[in-house]
Amino acid sequence: MLDEPLIFERGSPGRVGWPLPAAAGEGVAELPAELRREDGLAGMPEVSELEALRHFLRLSQWNYSAATTLYPLGSCTMKYNPVVNEGLARLPGFAALHPLVPETLAQGALELLAALEAALAAVSGLDAVCLQPAAGAHGELLGMLLVRAYHVDRGDARRRVLIPSSAHGTNPASATLCGYAVTEVPVDARGLLTARAVAAAMDESVAALMITNPNTLGLFEREIEGITAAVHARGGVVYLDGANLNAIMGIAKPADMGVDVMQFNLHKTFSTPHGGGGPGAGPVAVRAPFADYLPVPRLVRRDGALAWTEDAPKSVGRLRAFYGNFGILVRAHAYLARLGGPGLAEATRLAVLNANYLRARLRGTYHLPYETPSLHECVFSDRNLQDYDVHTLDVAKRLLDYGFYAPTIYFPLVVKGALMIEPTETETKETLDQFADAMLAIAEEARRDPARVREAPHSTRLARLDETRAARRPVLRWRPGRPSNAGESA
Amino acid sequence: MEFPDDLRYTKEHEWLRLEGNDGVVGITDFAQDALGDVVFVELPAVGATLAPGQVFGVVESNKTVSDLFAPVGGRVIGVNQVLRDEPEHVNADPYGAGWMIRLAVARRDEVDALLDAAGYRAHIAREQAK
Amino acid sequence: MSGYSPHTAQDIAAMLAAIGVGSIDDLFAHVPAKLRARAAIALPAGLSEPELLRDVGALAARNAGASGPAVFLGAGAYPHWIPAVVDQILLRSEFATAYTPYQPEVSQGTLQATFEFQTLAALLLGLEVANASMYDGASATAEAVLMARRLLPGRRVIWLARALHPHYRATVATYLRGLGDVEVREVPFAADGRTDLSALRAGLGPDTLCLVLGYPNVFGVVEDVAPFADAVRAVGALTITATAEPLALALVRSPGASGADIAVAEGQSFGLPVSYGGPGVGLFATRERFVRSLPGRLVGETTDAHGRRGYVLTLATREQHIRRERATSNICTNQALCALAVTVYLSLLGRHGLASLALANYRAAHLAAARLEAAAVALRFPAPFFNEFVVRAPAAASAWEALARDGVVAGFPLGRWYPELEGNLLLCVTETHPAEQVDRLVDALATPVPAARAAGG
Repeated sequence: MLDEPLIFERGSPGRVGWPLPAAAGEGVAELPAELRREDGLAGMPEVSELEALRHFLRLSQWNYSAATTLYPLGSCTMKYNPVVNEGLARLPGFAALHPLVPETLAQGALELLAALEAALAAVSGLDAVCLQPAAGAHGELLGMLLVRAYHVDRGDARRRVLIPSSAHGTNPASATLCGYAVTEVPVDARGLLTARAVAAAMDESVAALMITNPNTLGLFEREIEGITAAVHARGGVVYLDGANLNAIMGIAKPADMGVDVMQFNLHKTFSTPHGGGGPGAGPVAVRAPFADYLPVPRLVRRDGALAWTEDAPKSVGRLRAFYGNFGILVRAHAYLARLGGPGLAEATRLAVLNANYLRARLRGTYHLPYETPSLHECVFSDRNLQDYDVHTLDVAKRLLDYGFYAPTIYFPLVVKGALMIEPTETETKETLDQFADAMLAIAEEARRDPARVREAPHSTRLARLDETRAARRPVLRWRPGRPSNAGESA
Repeated sequence: MEFPDDLRYTKEHEWLRLEGNDGVVGITDFAQDALGDVVFVELPAVGATLAPGQVFGVVESNKTVSDLFAPVGGRVIGVNQVLRDEPEHVNADPYGAGWMIRLAVARRDEVDALLDAAGYRAHIAREQAK
Repeated sequence: MSGYSPHTAQDIAAMLAAIGVGSIDDLFAHVPAKLRARAAIALPAGLSEPELLRDVGALAARNAGASGPAVFLGAGAYPHWIPAVVDQILLRSEFATAYTPYQPEVSQGTLQATFEFQTLAALLLGLEVANASMYDGASATAEAVLMARRLLPGRRVIWLARALHPHYRATVATYLRGLGDVEVREVPFAADGRTDLSALRAGLGPDTLCLVLGYPNVFGVVEDVAPFADAVRAVGALTITATAEPLALALVRSPGASGADIAVAEGQSFGLPVSYGGPGVGLFATRERFVRSLPGRLVGETTDAHGRRGYVLTLATREQHIRRERATSNICTNQALCALAVTVYLSLLGRHGLASLALANYRAAHLAAARLEAAAVALRFPAPFFNEFVVRAPAAASAWEALARDGVVAGFPLGRWYPELEGNLLLCVTETHPAEQVDRLVDALATPVPAARAAGG
């Protein structure tokens, strides 16, 4: 693997990587002096096209990625990102389409969005869909805004939201952004929420319960109907974090479970690529009583043609400019069209099969905190390695030496030293066996030679990085004159 | 792990050393060990008045954030500014260079009500057994 | 086998045996039967890849894409040429299919590129520190207001320029809905198209939290930010600028140099297609001393156990996965691959290419405006502008859709966003508009439109 400095440490004064012909119009008057940029963009790169290409290609070689190796990150659903979708999103008819052209010139795009809305409604069993949110957390924010609008419209502004102790951090953060106080509901010894616990916590000051099903432990909340009934009985709203939808397609529909509002993660369940941290998309689906509050603009069909309308007096407004992460929506639409209803159900069945296979192979060696059946992900802990002073973090780092990305670690918080493994349905049995073999080898190594595990990774480009130093002495950008110790760079 | 006998302790893992009418406050060896490498400490302004048990700041490590609770009521008359740029003292020397605030103690009986070293050790043992 | 799953019957049998169940159904036995019975998804069977290409291709063909009308639209999304290298890098699976870089040892590609992005965003915006991206310019603006609120607790009045893009203003309002302790007020724009400084001065006071200015504003006008920042600072409040067309920043004084405390921008112009409005990317920069209140991810430099330089996510304790309900934001997934596109684009153009391109846009727009004025289509606002400007063209504005069908999308009819500007068009001219297209624009606007058309649209 080749080394490579920062782009700012490459190049030479005067170089341009993408020159354009000189601009015509020398006679055009300049901007007034007080409005002009004075620093000549000093500090920006001056590299050739090849230098730039080489720079980023070298950087790419330093990444593990879902396309190059198994990425068993629990709660992330790192399934195969179909490459055909990359070409589809790039079709000029989509890529070069400006969002403000008259709708008559965008009917193909609008039909795609309408089809995606209908597909997500079918998957959830809910009534109306909004494609605007740019990510799952963005969808959660919208969900909480919808909950708030619903209650305020009834003259009943409530102030609390119930969240299970196992919930993803975006849940309480989203609730707080809407002015709600968060109350935690504990999970029981099986790792599950009970209708009794929810009913006990539920009263008329609670606006909503935010729930994930299956929960962040990968366990199906079997009391879900009783749970949602307990919330509804006191006038509350049930919000489903749809991050784990890959576990229940064709098995249990959110609308049937009593869900009122939910968000999808298109970059999880629906195969759009993670991109190193986005872009994703977090569309929201709602039951009919909440549709009035959905953002503007809305897609409507008039005289056989699709158009945008802002005529929605009870809408919560907008969350962003324009309509959504359209390029991502194209990819999700393509995935849904490719799989169809039967394909989605099969994806769920095989995702759950894969996760349970790993659970069977790893249990006994790794501590399984809950006997409750797993669905699409399984959670282990590092308890069996404690005698050797080897911890979850060490196991994760040692896996990197085996060429695998690590599972999700230290989440959910209800399991100390959690290792959450979600293989997804697109991995082969052979890959799963290799992964399980690696995990078993690491457990054995923890006994024989714990220092080797604790000092992992050994064969990656960099060894363990000093995160403490990064936080105590933050260096968040390049500045000219700082020494480069990147090593040999050709 | 050290718990000096001349200090008083809270269940939230703060310590207090009485110096005349002043109370010097920090977090215990147990707390700094549980947090891991401390990367940032947020402390109140001098002059702030604290009630017993009130949150007076925040200590951050790489993986977690913890509130800091006033062991007793009083006015903040000193703040360890060194921690702003060198939070590592909290890990290296939690009872010395890692001190956080100095209070003008309002009520001596609140100090007496705190745990002594033996009581704090027992408290930790009970917590770890859970 | 269908979809993208690889399982053969043998695979399944072997796995079921290892698990100790007879069928995959057994793995769902604990799910209530009532739910399972109704769970079938009402969607038709899936397509093969060739069928998919045909169907989705047909949808793409029904839009006004790369060929077709001349489109002079900006208004928050800007058509620019994209260098071939950008897409080559975005198509590298190692970048496109990587996850958020929580395991830094095997994510140095993403992390170093993000560190470079942060540096470029800070440089362009003229401030000390920038984050790893936000969803888009509009949501970044809302997050900037929330950040101001964290920095100055107790202050309640938020001034938004009326000339700030309406989607940005609406997004700020939506983000504030759940928070009862603030009040949004609007600063009008003056006859010259700039925000009215004296109107703002009259309203500033000790309860002012912040001012948000579009820079350039929605009319393409380059505001003089410095006097606003001075007035706002004098009452102890914060100035936020929001830039929808960041190419302007290569030509105009940076927000930081003009006194802004927080500067945000939409990055789509830098290497991302307009793509019907998304995905874009929000740039977000501020002063060093505010860094702990910054929302979003941050990448920092450090060393590994052998002293080699590397990069990690840092200051994560601000974020949702640790602070949970006390986080600076709820953002998790951001726009990393789009930030990469921006980084590659800005690296290719670099210092000189960016300045040239900005000048080319400035001149192209000014030449077009001059030609329109010569054809008696007058500029609405006399203030300096970058690559967008407003013209009075009532007939063309009311025939806007008909003109579009005939091959010219004559900008955006501003009356849809500003009733007081009914009959005006917001035109954007970039390096992508050849002279021949500008000819068609001038013809379309200068030629009187038959009354029947104007009425029928």
